Amino acid sequence: MAEEQTNGFKSGSNLEKMLRSGNFTVTGELGPPQGADPKEIAHKAGFLKGVVEAVNITDNQTAIVRMSSIGSAVLTMAAGVEPTVQMTCRDRNRLAIQSDLLGAYAVGARNLLCLTGDHQCFGNHPTAKNVHDLDSIQLIRMVKNMRDEGIFECGDAIKGEVPRFLIGAAINPFADPFDYRPYRLAKKVAAGVDFVQTQLIYDMPRFREFMKRVVDMGLHEKVYILAGIGPIKSVGAARYMRDKVPGMIVQDVYVERMQASIANIPKEDKAGRRDAQQNEGIKMCIEQIQELREIEGVAGVHIMAIEWEEAVRPIVEGAGLLPRPQV
Amino acid sequence: MIVGEQKSLEEILGLLGDAKKVLVAGCGTCVTVCFAGGEKEVGILSSALRMKSELDGHPIAVDEVTVQRQCEWEYIDPLKERLAEYDVVLSLACGIGVQAMNERFPNIITLPGINTTSLSLPVEQGVWEERCQACGDCVLGITFGICPIARCSKQLMNGPCGGSQNGVCEVDPSIPCAWQLIWDRANMFGQMERLLEVQPPKNWGQSRDGGPRKIVREDLRLTERE
Repeated sequence: MAEEQTNGFKSGSNLEKMLRSGNFTVTGELGPPQGADPKEIAHKAGFLKGVVEAVNITDNQTAIVRMSSIGSAVLTMAAGVEPTVQMTCRDRNRLAIQSDLLGAYAVGARNLLCLTGDHQCFGNHPTAKNVHDLDSIQLIRMVKNMRDEGIFECGDAIKGEVPRFLIGAAINPFADPFDYRPYRLAKKVAAGVDFVQTQLIYDMPRFREFMKRVVDMGLHEKVYILAGIGPIKSVGAARYMRDKVPGMIVQDVYVERMQASIANIPKEDKAGRRDAQQNEGIKMCIEQIQELREIEGVAGVHIMAIEWEEAVRPIVEGAGLLPRPQV
Repeated sequence: MIVGEQKSLEEILGLLGDAKKVLVAGCGTCVTVCFAGGEKEVGILSSALRMKSELDGHPIAVDEVTVQRQCEWEYIDPLKERLAEYDVVLSLACGIGVQAMNERFPNIITLPGINTTSLSLPVEQGVWEERCQACGDCVLGITFGICPIARCSKQLMNGPCGGSQNGVCEVDPSIPCAWQLIWDRANMFGQMERLLEVQPPKNWGQSRDGGPRKIVREDLRLTERE
């Protein structure tokens, strides 16, 4: 009966329809403000409207307090963009998560990304207590059981309408132990994930190797894999990601290309150097999309351009992916 | 074992307030072995308190005592007679010892002189690493003898997060990634498939989250209770 009601879709979201259609799918990301102004969401969503299928709304990313993902998702929908609510295990226990999911579904959210969450020591409340009642894999299974079995984590039946989310997760092919990473994806698949988005890819050979193993295990037939990319804004940003961010691998070529982009522009020409770096960042992203489209098992790309949402349209357009297909 | 670290002299002096006569009470068990609150540390801290309070112009008379175990009635009961002469007791035992003193001798306040930090293993002289969180539901049997509850910064039960790199935790490069260690041991025994099973949510009701824990062994009790 559920199948009839939903035409066979799990959530009926735009993102789900696009993934199922077999079209190369594009998702984006939106970082809510560190304040309560709704206009900021509308402003950022404006850059992404018609450019991507759905937009991840981060949940206190890097453990810095921001407008809630669900609240921001409501504003995103009002701006005509489909949100993917992010939910971390860092800040909520199983009661809070389930309650928030009922609320998120009731206000119209249909996509959910299940995350462990960055450790609070990186954010602006390092003395906070973290929760981690569940881990991301247990969260995935809980959301699936809510949707497909109509039950809460405790086994009690959900009364009335059941929240039917398209369930997403993150995977990081660049973290260690590398040999374990495809198995971790397999665990997320076993737990019930529908789509995954990867960590930012700045090491294409390693990503290829990861995908080869994933395809050998047949996982690409069980889950939609969106390759994570992001435009680099400056030489400094490239270096910072290469040298300082845990769980990231940035090949030197990305830093070198950013450096080369400003090699012939005098230091005084600050605007010229900024533009040259930004153009190079966008160009590298476009080239990455072209490479990723050729890799077996890649269903699309997830473009992370936090605080630089304007860059997403030129990237998607440059990759020949506009206009987005209607499904 | 239970591991602690002495509080700063400033904090201790702040806690002592205007006490004139203080008994510094050490413990001969865990905190002796971790060099935080045994007889030797009691002596050093007592001297420091005498000198600093003298310099500050408000001298405190400090006496010293160390009992074998501050967490057992039979070892602290002999202190009863001498406590009346002090304004306050400064205990260098763990939090259990401090509370035992306050419970047994309610007419005098016993203050903590150390911070009880963890259940740790002295991996080498002078280095203690946390190994147990006393979660009440031991998982070591399914994690190849390495505890992700105590040793993973996010207490994950289903493998490493995306912040594990080069064998260390994203929180601090001095923390080995517990799941890297677990994976390595699974590989060593050729039993990687045991890590592929999805572990269900943990029963935190057996940990502190379920409220203060208590064990009653009727077979061991000497007095019958209702």
